[in-house]
Amino acid sequence: MSAQPQSGAGRFTGRWRELRRDPRFAWAAVLALALLLVALPFLTDWIAGRTWVRIAAFALLYIMLALGLNIVVGYAGLLDLGYVAFFAVGAYFYALLASPHFDLHLPFWLLLPAGAGVACMFGVLLGAPTLKLRGDYLAIVTLGFGEIIRIFLLNLNAPVNITNGPQGVNLIDPIHLGDLSLAQAHAVLGLELPAVYNYYYLFLLLTLAVIFVSMRLEDSRIGRAWAAIREDEVAAAAMGINTRNVKLLAFAMGASFGGVSGGLFAGFQGFVSPESFTIIESIMILCMVVLGGMGHIPGVIVGAVLLVVLPEALRYLGPLQSLVFGRVLADPADLRLLVFGLALILVMLLRPSGLWPSALRRRELAAAGGRA
Amino acid sequence: MTPGGGSAALLEARGISKRFGGLAALTGVSLTIARGEIFGLIGPNGAGKTTLFNVLTGLYPPDAGECFLEGERLTGLKPYRIAARGIARTFQNTRLFANLSALENVMVGRHVRTRAGVGGAVLRGAATRAEEREIEARAFELLGYVGIAARASLPAYGLAYGDQRRLEIARALATEPKLLALDEPAAGMNATETAELRRLLERIRASGVTLLLIEHDVRLVMGLCDRVAVLDYGRKIAEGTPPAVQHDPAVIEAYLGGALA
Repeated sequence: MSAQPQSGAGRFTGRWRELRRDPRFAWAAVLALALLLVALPFLTDWIAGRTWVRIAAFALLYIMLALGLNIVVGYAGLLDLGYVAFFAVGAYFYALLASPHFDLHLPFWLLLPAGAGVACMFGVLLGAPTLKLRGDYLAIVTLGFGEIIRIFLLNLNAPVNITNGPQGVNLIDPIHLGDLSLAQAHAVLGLELPAVYNYYYLFLLLTLAVIFVSMRLEDSRIGRAWAAIREDEVAAAAMGINTRNVKLLAFAMGASFGGVSGGLFAGFQGFVSPESFTIIESIMILCMVVLGGMGHIPGVIVGAVLLVVLPEALRYLGPLQSLVFGRVLADPADLRLLVFGLALILVMLLRPSGLWPSALRRRELAAAGGRA
Repeated sequence: MTPGGGSAALLEARGISKRFGGLAALTGVSLTIARGEIFGLIGPNGAGKTTLFNVLTGLYPPDAGECFLEGERLTGLKPYRIAARGIARTFQNTRLFANLSALENVMVGRHVRTRAGVGGAVLRGAATRAEEREIEARAFELLGYVGIAARASLPAYGLAYGDQRRLEIARALATEPKLLALDEPAAGMNATETAELRRLLERIRASGVTLLLIEHDVRLVMGLCDRVAVLDYGRKIAEGTPPAVQHDPAVIEAYLGGALA
C-alpha cells in the first residue's frame, strides 16, 4: 500500500485523465456531440416546446456573431463596440435584395457570400479610420460607427426610399436552397421536419464552417500576426508585420462572419428593422466573447449559448413564482433583467478570465494580477 | 559618391537630425557601417543613441538626413518595410510578445519571410503546411542557437531576464536581417551572462550578419566592436577603432568632463 491513499474522487479523476488521452475517447466524444446536435431540435421540441427550437437557432446565429467579434477583440485585441453594424449590413443586404421592397428576389446561395463580402468591405471601411487608435479611443470610435449605420438605416427612406426607415423591410423571402424552401415542412427518412428545424440545420452547418475557419485562422501565420499586434504593436511592426493590413484583415474577417449571420437572420425572421441593431446588441455580443473567454473558441461558444438561453430561461420566473408562492410577487420582466445582470457580475467576479478561458488568457490575467 | 554601389558599406546614414520640441535629440549625425563588422554606438545617457536606432528602423521620421541600406533609401519607409529590407532590432526595455511562448515569439519573426494568407490559413494546403513546418523548425533552431531551446514552450514573460534578451535576439534573427541592431543587449546581465552574450554576438557576426550595438558595458564594447562611434548631446563627437576612441580627448571630456564639472 502506498503512503498516499487515494480518495475515491482522486482515483476517478486519474481514470478520467487516462480516458481523455485515449484517441478512441476523442472520437466517441465527437460522435456523441454530433448526435446530440442533430437530435437537439427533436429533444428540445419534445421537452420544452417549439419556441426552444427557435431559441436554439438563434443561439447558433449568435455563436457566429460572437466568433466574428472574437477575431477582432480576442485575436487582434481591438476593442470594437459597434460590431452589430456588420450584422445589420448583412441583414439589410439580404432583406433589400430578396423581398418585395425593390421586388428583387435574388437566390440565397448568391446573397449569402455576397453579403459576407459587403460586410467585409464595411469592416475595412470602418476599420481604416481607426487604425491609429487603441483601447478606449478605438472603443469610442467603433461605438460611433455602430450607431451611424443604425441611424442610416433608420433615415434612408427619404428622399429616395432605400431602407424603408423605421418600418423596416417586411415579407423577406424565406431561405431557399434551389427548389427547397426552408419555410416549409419536409419529410426526411419518415421524420417530419418543420420549418424551424430546417433553419436550425442550415445554421448548424454554417456555424460549423465559421468555427472551422476561426480555428484555422487562429493557428496560422495570420493568427500569430494578430496575436503579435495584440501583445505589442511596435515590436510587431519592427518584426516586419504590416500592422495596418493585419488589423484591417481582422476587421474584415470579423465583419464577414457578422454579414453571414445577418443574412441568415433576415431570411429566418422575414423582417428586419433598425431596432434589431442597437448598441445593446453590440454589448451583448461583446459580453458573450468576454464572459465565455476571449480568444478561446469553445469559451466564446459557451458564452454565446448562455447569453441567448439565460434570458429566455428567466422568463419562467413568473410561472415559478406562482408555483412556489401561489401568486406572482415580482414582475418577471423586471426580475429577469435583474437576475441576468447579477449573473453577469457574479461570473466576472468569480471567473475574471471568462467561463472557459484559453490557457493563454489565464496566463495573461495571472500575469496582470501579478504585476498589479 | 553614389550611395552603396557595390561598396563595402551596408548601412549609411547621412546628416540625420531629429528634434523633439525644443530638444535637439540628433544633429547632423552621419555613419557608415561596413558589411560584416560589429559597430558600436556609445555615449552618455540621453546622447541620442536610441533615437538614432528609432530613426534607422523607421519608428521616427528624421527631420533631416537620409539612411541607405545597400545603397537603397530607407528614409520614409514604414518600420515593417525596413524590417523586410533587412534591418532587425531589439529594444532597450525588451519588447517581447509577453504572453506568447518563446517559440511563438520567434515564429512571429518568420512572418516577413513567409507568405501564407487567409486562403492558405483556411484551406491549409500542402504549401501552407510545408511553410508552417519550416517556420516552426527554423524557430526552434534559432532558440537552440541562442541557447534557450529547453524553454521553448514557456511564455516569454516567464523567462529569466537574460533569456528574454536572448529570445529577442532569436526573434530578430528569424527575420533574416542583414543588419542586426541591438539596443543595450547586456543591460542587467551579470559577468557570466555578458561573456555568453559576447560569444553569441561573435557567432552571429561569423554567420554573416552585420551588428550595430548600443552598449554601456565599456569592456564589452571595446572587446567586441571593430569600430565605435560616440554620440554626445545628439552629435557625433568621435568615430574609429576602440583604442583610438578611448584616447580621444573629446570622448574623455564627454564622459568625464560632465562628471567633474
